[in-house]
Amino acid sequence: MVVRTLNGVAGEFRLDIPAILKDCLVSALIALALAVFIIGLRTTDGSGGLGLDFRWQAVGIAVVGVFVGRFLLNLWWARRTPKPKVATAEQGVAASAAEAFKTFVKVAAPMAVIGAVVLPWMPFADRYLLDVSILVLTYIMLGWGLNIVVGLAGLLDLGYVAFYAVGAYSYALLALYFDLSFWACLPLAGAFACLFGILLGFPVLRLRGDYLAIVTLGFGEMIRVILLNWYEFTKGPDGLSGIPRPSFFGLPFTRRVPEGTESFHTFFDLDYSSLHRIIFLYYVILVLALLTNWFTLRLRRLPIGRAWEALREDEIACRSLGINPTNTKLTAFAIGAMFGGFAGSFFATRQGFISPESFTFIESAVILAIVVLGGMGSQVGVVVAAVLLIGGTELFRGLDEYRMLAFGGAMVLIMVWRPRGLLAHREPTLKLSPAPTGGGPP
Amino acid sequence: MEYFVQQLINGITLGSIYGLIAIGYTMVYGIIGMINFAHGDIFMIGAFVSLITILLLGMAGLSWIPLALLITLIVAMLLTSAYGWTVERLAYRPLRGSFRLAPLISAIGMSIFLQNYVQLAQGARVKPLQPVVQGGFTFMERPDGFTVSLSYMQIVIVVVTIALMAAFSLLIARTSLGRAQRACEQDRRMAALVGINVDRTISLTFVMGAALAAVAGMMFLLYYGVIDFYIGFLAGIKAFTAAVLGGIGSLPGAMLGGLLIGLIETFWSAYFTIEYKDVAAFGILVLVLIFLPTGLLGKPEVEKV
Amino acid sequence: MSVDGPPTATAGTLLAVEHLTMRFGGLLAIDDVSFDARDGEITAIIGPNGAGKTTVFNCLTGFYKPTSGRLTLQAGSGLFLLERMEDFRIAQQAKVARTFQNIRLFPAMSVLENLVVAQHNKLMRASGYTFAGLFGLGVYRHAEQDAVELARYWLEQVHLTARADDNAGDLPYGDQRRLEIARAMCTEPVLLCLDEPAAGLNHRESAELNELLLFIRNQHRIGVLLIEHDMSVVMGISDHIVVLDYGRKIADGEPAAVRNDPNVIRAYLGEEEDEALPPEVARDLALEQGPADGGDDAGGRA
Repeated sequence: MVVRTLNGVAGEFRLDIPAILKDCLVSALIALALAVFIIGLRTTDGSGGLGLDFRWQAVGIAVVGVFVGRFLLNLWWARRTPKPKVATAEQGVAASAAEAFKTFVKVAAPMAVIGAVVLPWMPFADRYLLDVSILVLTYIMLGWGLNIVVGLAGLLDLGYVAFYAVGAYSYALLALYFDLSFWACLPLAGAFACLFGILLGFPVLRLRGDYLAIVTLGFGEMIRVILLNWYEFTKGPDGLSGIPRPSFFGLPFTRRVPEGTESFHTFFDLDYSSLHRIIFLYYVILVLALLTNWFTLRLRRLPIGRAWEALREDEIACRSLGINPTNTKLTAFAIGAMFGGFAGSFFATRQGFISPESFTFIESAVILAIVVLGGMGSQVGVVVAAVLLIGGTELFRGLDEYRMLAFGGAMVLIMVWRPRGLLAHREPTLKLSPAPTGGGPP
Repeated sequence: MEYFVQQLINGITLGSIYGLIAIGYTMVYGIIGMINFAHGDIFMIGAFVSLITILLLGMAGLSWIPLALLITLIVAMLLTSAYGWTVERLAYRPLRGSFRLAPLISAIGMSIFLQNYVQLAQGARVKPLQPVVQGGFTFMERPDGFTVSLSYMQIVIVVVTIALMAAFSLLIARTSLGRAQRACEQDRRMAALVGINVDRTISLTFVMGAALAAVAGMMFLLYYGVIDFYIGFLAGIKAFTAAVLGGIGSLPGAMLGGLLIGLIETFWSAYFTIEYKDVAAFGILVLVLIFLPTGLLGKPEVEKV
Repeated sequence: MSVDGPPTATAGTLLAVEHLTMRFGGLLAIDDVSFDARDGEITAIIGPNGAGKTTVFNCLTGFYKPTSGRLTLQAGSGLFLLERMEDFRIAQQAKVARTFQNIRLFPAMSVLENLVVAQHNKLMRASGYTFAGLFGLGVYRHAEQDAVELARYWLEQVHLTARADDNAGDLPYGDQRRLEIARAMCTEPVLLCLDEPAAGLNHRESAELNELLLFIRNQHRIGVLLIEHDMSVVMGISDHIVVLDYGRKIADGEPAAVRNDPNVIRAYLGEEEDEALPPEVARDLALEQGPADGGDDAGGRA
């Protein structure tokens, strides 16, 4: 048996060079056809209308790049295909990978939380790092919120940014018009976003998966267009500025305060530092994000969470078991929206300024990419993906132009490579205890 | 009355462009049941290829407009089809039979990729083009001087659209490719068993959709005289709305839906507010999906249990 | 839509199907079919491919709305007109559970989770519609334990205890079939509808299935409705058989009677094979057909 597999490997490892070259050539020719106009001829603004620049070098690079890439890909396939597939060995590998993942999560998750808590006190924690961390945490929270909708319930929501916008504008408007504090507005913003989720979800959640995606996308765009054009209320493209910053239980983070009141640094007898507010904001978003995570993990172990996952797996089977699909989807949609609303009001208070510019479709796509890339339904995956995508693009600020190109390309590649995401491993929410009537669930 | 006629003409022109794009959505949805989210960007690439071809022909000194337009049309259809084919090959084919959201997400990624690819290669600024086809008829002059105008370009758009629609309907109804396509729509596995090359049929569907989108892109460029890398997003969504409104999977439905969306958008802008015209289009999409999920000319779908 | 007049379900009858008709566009999938199913009995619906068996199931479980006809379920929990109910309410309130011809499990969830999801409505109430459960109150913990115990009971019955924590999608085909039955039983139904449960099973698995079905009938005294191709399964365990062909009922009665019904034989052997029959047999069949048709109208089950 072993001998035969080895022979098999040896036999199939021969490379069919002419075939590979032909394949590479065909690919390169197609690349040439694709590149010759769009890359090779650049339209430029001339004096009398548009002119054309010839850039044959770039075309050459693209064609050669495709040829070489295709060749390497062929070598990789040739190396991979004859891998002997012995059932038991493969199961063993899968099982050990699952074990490894479990220990990784068990060790890494608390470490990451501790790391996040102590980060502001590290000597290297400057303002820039904290700002980036706040950004990453905001996306982690948004990712966790959307993960309920997409990852658990399997509802493809392409308009998640609408709830983010509702949260941000609710806070900004409530604060500006009614003079309410951040802490009073936060639950209200969540509630508004949740209400919005229910109102939007009720008519559309009956639709099939891909229709739902387009309708949510439409709603996202509608909300943006309305924010843009309802000038009296939202100041349209000018945006809302002067949004109040959060206070520390009533103590503002300002250098100077009106006579008779105290600010954070006077109350605690510290020297004024603009970093105080940043650190405070960092902890606010950390707590909000962890709360989202705790809530999601909790819900996953409740009947509603299991029903979401079951609905993602097979809606018809759910209906045959007496699960009300519309209500179940609606709860997922509304709860996801609520977390989007929380994150939105945090965004508004951090920025102090919001405009419809911040709530475009691409924002929804980024959040969706975080969820999908990480592995649908995986809480750890969201963290990994958010750090990679948001933190990573911050690192490569110089290559800003190529950022979204790489982003779109990565979405395609990851789907093709691992349709269920990078960390797609799922732990059951319930295990059968060995004793017939033993201790309760863990 | 005169104003109404003018809007009707404008609406039909816009609707023809939407209809041409919508056919691509409807054919792909019919055959593999996915929303080709990148189709709007294929349309945008068609517009760019047309622009570059026209500029090239201008540099080469070709001055007989009908010939220039014909060459542009052919070049745009060919090169854009290559894009359609490649997108299917790279982003969708490996995911056939995969988990159900995967192709859609891949398509969104492809859409982002194509937009940024064109932005990088061609620059982010809007590209204006001097009118190529000028002139037209004017009639129904009103006492206050308002006249209804019907430009040659509008006539070209409507005529080309009708001709292509007829050609494609014939193609689907009469040729073996059309038969293979309908067979794959019904039951892909069975089609493969009776010897239809399913992969090739699906590829050709994408090629046909892309070719029509290229025509739409060219018409858009000539009609509005200005394009940028972002035109595919809105036009794509509206064309998808048109496909759904007409009944997704149905070719005449796509055309009808396109016309309706074009008319609604034009009349909404003319009589209500131009700012909310996109909201109107989306609102219609939502209403259609809720109250008429199979569209105007779609077949009722029986859920397979 | 439905037939006028009071429901005619008699005592002991769990399900009464009366004049059920289902039309898809121009296609008449079920044409005026009536039959009964009783508590504590296995009722089989058989017939050649395309006879409309699964369509009957889909009407019963609410996935299709019948064109006309009445479906009455009379159980301890009350009287339900199934044709007027939404699919999930039929499972939730009338307690009709079903399996599917092409297995529909939740493949990425564990075997145990599949069985716990089936007890969703009970657990939702116990978790105070999530609010109480969120804070880990005792009421919910007990309910969850009970749910696990019920799941454990059914796991034992279908011999899957050892695989409780594996993904349902990783089970072999035969195990998946049994798991789907266990999942349906976890909803504690009064009527269990099985759509070709023996399809794709080997001989041994098929025999095990028979035992399981008899166990469900004898120990739990619920009604079982069974669609099956495999005659050995049907004849061995059914108390009552309904035969459909081209959407019409052609026979209805005890297994022994149905087995010898010439209409049934003809439906199963098919029209083309008539020519292959020796002329005298064909003549006999043709003679027998007349009275058999008349007998059918009287409604089989006496």
